[in-house]
Amino acid sequence: MSNDTPMISRRGFGQLSLAAAAAAAAVTPALAAEKGEPIKIGILHSLSGTMAISETTLKDVMLMLIAEQNKKGGVLGRPLEAVVVDPASNWPLFAEKARELLSVDKVAAVFGCWTSVSRKSVLPVFEELNGILFYPVQYEGQECSRNVFYTGAAPNQQAIPAVDYLLSADGGSATRFVLAGTDYVYPRTTNQILQAYLGTKGIKPADIMVNYTPFGQSDWQGIVSQIKAFGSAGKKTAVVSTVNGDANVPFYKELGNQGIKSTDIPVMAFSVGEEELAGIDTKPLVGQLAAWNYFESIKTPANKAFIKQWHAFTKKPKRTTNDPMEAHYIGFNMWVQAVQKAGTIDHDTVIDTLIGIKQPNLTGGVATMLPNHHITKPVYIGEIQDNGQFNVVWKTPDLVPGKAWSPYVAETRNLIGDWRKPIDCGNYDTVAKRCVGTKHG
Amino acid sequence: MGKEGRCSFLKKRTKKLLFLRSRAVARVSDRRRGALLFFKKEVLALLFLLFISPCHAEDPALAGLRAPDYDSVAATVTDLAAHRHPRARAIITALRDGTLYAPDEGPGLYILGPAGTTDAATGAPVSGLDPDSLSKVQQNNRVRIAVAGALALLDLSAPDAATRREAAEAMVAHPDSGLLPALTTALAQETDPPAHAAMVLARAAALLSSGASGQSQQAQLDAVAALRGEGNQQARAILLGIPNPPPAVRDAARSAIAAIDLQLRLWSVGQGVFYGASLGSVLLIAALGLAITFGVMGVINMAHGELMMIGAYVTWLVQGATTAAWPGQAGLGLALSVPAAFLACGALGIAIERGLIRFLYGRPLETLLATWGLSLVLQQAVRSLFGPTNVSVITPAFMSGAVKLGGIEITLNRLVIIVFAAVVMLALTALLRLTPLGLQMRAVTQNRRMAALMGIRTPRVDALTFGLGSGVAGLAGVAISQIDNVSPNLGQGYIIDSFMVVVFGGVGNLWGTLAGALSLGIANKILEPLAGAVLAKIIVLVLIILFIQRRPRGLFPLRGRAVES
Amino acid sequence: MRLPWRPLSGADWAAVCVLSGGSALALLSLLPEGSPLHVPQFAVGLAGKYLAYAILAVAVDLVWGFAGILTLGHAAFFALGGYAMGMYLMREIGTRGVYGNPNLPDFMVFLSWDHLPWYWYGFSHLPFALLMALLAPGALAGCFGWLAFRSRVSGVYLSIITQALTYALMLAFFRNDMGFGGNNGLTDFKDVAGANLHQPGTRAALLALTALALAFCLLASRAILGSRFGALLVAVRDAESRTRFIGYRPEHIKLLVWVYSALIAGVGGAFYVIQVGIINPGEFAPGNSIEAVIWVAVGGRGTLWGPVLGALLVNLGKTLFTGLLPELWLYALGLLFILTTLFLPRGVAGLWRAAKPAGAAEVTPEMTSADHEAVP
Repeated sequence: MSNDTPMISRRGFGQLSLAAAAAAAAVTPALAAEKGEPIKIGILHSLSGTMAISETTLKDVMLMLIAEQNKKGGVLGRPLEAVVVDPASNWPLFAEKARELLSVDKVAAVFGCWTSVSRKSVLPVFEELNGILFYPVQYEGQECSRNVFYTGAAPNQQAIPAVDYLLSADGGSATRFVLAGTDYVYPRTTNQILQAYLGTKGIKPADIMVNYTPFGQSDWQGIVSQIKAFGSAGKKTAVVSTVNGDANVPFYKELGNQGIKSTDIPVMAFSVGEEELAGIDTKPLVGQLAAWNYFESIKTPANKAFIKQWHAFTKKPKRTTNDPMEAHYIGFNMWVQAVQKAGTIDHDTVIDTLIGIKQPNLTGGVATMLPNHHITKPVYIGEIQDNGQFNVVWKTPDLVPGKAWSPYVAETRNLIGDWRKPIDCGNYDTVAKRCVGTKHG
Repeated sequence: MGKEGRCSFLKKRTKKLLFLRSRAVARVSDRRRGALLFFKKEVLALLFLLFISPCHAEDPALAGLRAPDYDSVAATVTDLAAHRHPRARAIITALRDGTLYAPDEGPGLYILGPAGTTDAATGAPVSGLDPDSLSKVQQNNRVRIAVAGALALLDLSAPDAATRREAAEAMVAHPDSGLLPALTTALAQETDPPAHAAMVLARAAALLSSGASGQSQQAQLDAVAALRGEGNQQARAILLGIPNPPPAVRDAARSAIAAIDLQLRLWSVGQGVFYGASLGSVLLIAALGLAITFGVMGVINMAHGELMMIGAYVTWLVQGATTAAWPGQAGLGLALSVPAAFLACGALGIAIERGLIRFLYGRPLETLLATWGLSLVLQQAVRSLFGPTNVSVITPAFMSGAVKLGGIEITLNRLVIIVFAAVVMLALTALLRLTPLGLQMRAVTQNRRMAALMGIRTPRVDALTFGLGSGVAGLAGVAISQIDNVSPNLGQGYIIDSFMVVVFGGVGNLWGTLAGALSLGIANKILEPLAGAVLAKIIVLVLIILFIQRRPRGLFPLRGRAVES
Repeated sequence: MRLPWRPLSGADWAAVCVLSGGSALALLSLLPEGSPLHVPQFAVGLAGKYLAYAILAVAVDLVWGFAGILTLGHAAFFALGGYAMGMYLMREIGTRGVYGNPNLPDFMVFLSWDHLPWYWYGFSHLPFALLMALLAPGALAGCFGWLAFRSRVSGVYLSIITQALTYALMLAFFRNDMGFGGNNGLTDFKDVAGANLHQPGTRAALLALTALALAFCLLASRAILGSRFGALLVAVRDAESRTRFIGYRPEHIKLLVWVYSALIAGVGGAFYVIQVGIINPGEFAPGNSIEAVIWVAVGGRGTLWGPVLGALLVNLGKTLFTGLLPELWLYALGLLFILTTLFLPRGVAGLWRAAKPAGAAEVTPEMTSADHEAVP
């Protein structure tokens, strides 16, 4: 880990006394920063607990991006200062830390969260205190808050194209699907959307097997053999895996050991990236698939430069890059552009300015912040290689704009998010022409 | 048209034709054979032109491998094998192994072998190529299927009977009606019985696959019978997928499927027992160390999981060091890490006992709190030292894959862990029963004061016992590194299960731990298909809670005065 | 001789401090922002959370410090109380959810549930929810305790099956099919009893109420422990077999205090959820229960005010260090556990007593004799 970068001032002892005083109720926190004072950026990623494995990398990449920006002279002539906190994979602590960042540290923007539950936990805090959160991970959609910018993929930017690929001739023309996931909201919602979508493609419910496992599942023998049995029905079978984080390694090991090859039953994963593969010997997995909006192996000058910078910053020449890192790269640069364009860090102004900001992707194409606070993304399908990287075998011809609400779920079919005037609503019913429920924000 | 222009025109035309042809081959049906013939003629004519023209000619059969679409690559591979191209095997093998390269510009294909670069078309050595100007011919799953099929076709006439058998088996996995003639020919010449049997199956599979129209009903019925005899999932899949079967064939297939299903169901019981035993062995090895520290000494060591985690990291370090010294020797690293993890964790255990636990004897519940704190420190220490992400422990070749035992598939890494757990269990029992140290340990457990009066240095025995338990936790880490991720969180996933096993089996009794681990493993695996993975786990936990109410001291309680209070 | 009044005990002092401190914070937070004595909203939320934790700590101490039962599963009762309150708060959202569905909470809408499960009935009413926040943990504790104490499961075994209990509940609540929101749990609450949860006034009132609840728990527990029942409890803790031989039924005594303690934990959970704004299965994690035990150990078990102090100190430390030393705070927390058990077996309360002149009535917060002999 490389938190010892000199240009980033960590929260000093001024804040120690401040936080202590706040908790002990004696002093009002300092008012708005003066000109020339650093602009604070909150980093809300777990550095301990179960999610540290994924989130620590994102903290590091944020530190790198902030350091780079400071080398370029900061923003609005003021340096940036990272405020790192550890919500420790504890969801209520996420809400508490978000409140601390917004009300004690008065950060200009927060980059953070990985799991859906952590985002749900901080969401009311950001809406109450009118903060800005950049959320970098692919997620289940069905949310559109004025205070959150979703720089990861929505289901239509990952799940749907991935299934399209499996249905295509190149993907093996699968006609039978196993939807395997960890039992939480992202796989549940994604699988629900996929079931509806596969239905429109003529796949019968009998040809879809849905299986949920607990977090951290480590014994996959039974489930893998169920998948194998399900695949022996004379139809080309594919697995769509929304298995989360740590559980993937034993899952893939078991797939390899039970001899499921990508040529027999391809497995398409939505949560397996370069980082997860770093923990496995990938030789038995060559050819298994993953759908992302970024792969480390894509050779563009921007990506090469980014990887080089990352290696130099972490001083580890083998450390991988992955999709959520690119999402933070895009989100951070969009925020910088918006602040420079608006000339202020005022939250309301920046939120309004962010819509329409364009930032080149690392892998080609330009990401645009849409009125629903999602961005346009290219979708790539990669095959696992024996060196732990992915080889892109397919990509969408154009950038795909992110949709907050899925057209494949009955309740959200008519909903859109549009935070521009006159709609100015995250869940606008286009048929009833009104904002449903409470307006977020 | 100048020389250059003609060459490029010819090449372009050949390429275009090849591309169209490969498309046609991919979707070939009998009706279109005529069209293919036309293609062939024109290709030959162009080839002739190419040969007589004074530009460097490329073997047109290979050009498709450079095509940007995987369709053409796959079709070219199939063609190379079907037409017995003299370089087919070398080129396809190179493609499979990722050593086939094409220049970014212009024609040609090269194989970058360990011995040097060769021209793929001729096999002649090439020098002076800039490696940066070459890029690998990529594969996708479609190409991989074509490669496997092509190699199987080439191997069907291999001199070695085992190779022929394997080739036929590979053809069962991806049946292709286009292989029927080749299979029929090979079958007629085959003398080796296992290879013959495999070819019969492969032929049956090909005969029943889509595209094999116009087969006689009798031939189809024979094929169904052959597959019914095979009786595995692969056969079931083929039988279920017969396109438009005549009524007689359909009925035969149905009854065959029913028979296969029954057979599979019977085997699945045995398979379930293996899964249960394998889960049980993991639980056993995880709990054995605890059975010593908690069961024998009465120390509730919440850092037990972290000791396992450290054992796994030791495996990673040792394997890293040995593979650096002797590349490719992953198995050696694993073997060396067994003593290394035992010693490292044992030493750490002794340090923990001397530095922390000995101050807390007689206060077992406070030991729990202190060791919980220790577990947090150890976790974070490993996170700071080695990073929060997973590290990769390589599974050696002899532990990958599976062997078939009838209808039961035995995965090798699991088998090795079962054996390993059994060996550790036996060694521990022997150590406790047969060695002076074991005798002293038991004496101190049963009556500390009397043991001390007999001259046993109880503090030393305490330290060694705790070290032994910790060392066994390290061994568990070695085993678990083969099936789970190695990350700072590794231990947390096992600690609660380990305690359950020890308490369920009966504290202070290694055989109880064994019985507890196996019954929990098997119960879990029986419930899993019925209730799902999550519910199965919950049910098992509730059953343990209820069981403890019935028998508060576990399955095999220790008897004797020491435990009666 | 019976005095008409008795001297104030530590618990009484703690109740007074908590009540006055909590109300003072609540009132000060209502001052205008520029005022020098203004307390930020952030601190009000934190203080409310700490006090809810303190209620849990008191509950743990009742069974551990006074009855000798080391529970590693008390967070289960805390979380159950929390879920009961959370369910009320979910129903209170009404049509203001993302989908504006008046009948179903948001998480059910987007998982396409078509009707409300029966066990959600009644939760639109606050009194019912409050009752359930007591009944659910109480009933679970009753069943579990009846089974466990009747068959004389004790010591380490009991600790480990309490851990199994909370672990099983965690897995169960993680399941989306259970209808409690799965991993995401319940969140995005809008208001309670018609008062907007995001208003400073509501927050201040909740903080004051939490302080009141904690004070009430302290006083009620003080009264119970001061009665004959309290004496019996200590007798069971220190010499269970002897108490049994005299003719008492230790299992009944243990069961009563166990259920009482679970009720208190449930109250703590209810107050916790209102102020933290989210409840999810992570609250059932075995680690949380162990942490609650640590608060008691740090504060000093066997006293009623020790756990309150311990919960406040440890959680304040956690808040500060997760912000100040994000990479190192786990070392601090871990070392705190180790050092407390090694050098402060009676916690901060022990330090206080050591400083006081001898003669104060001492209880020996040691293991029951049974455990003492079972393990060397």
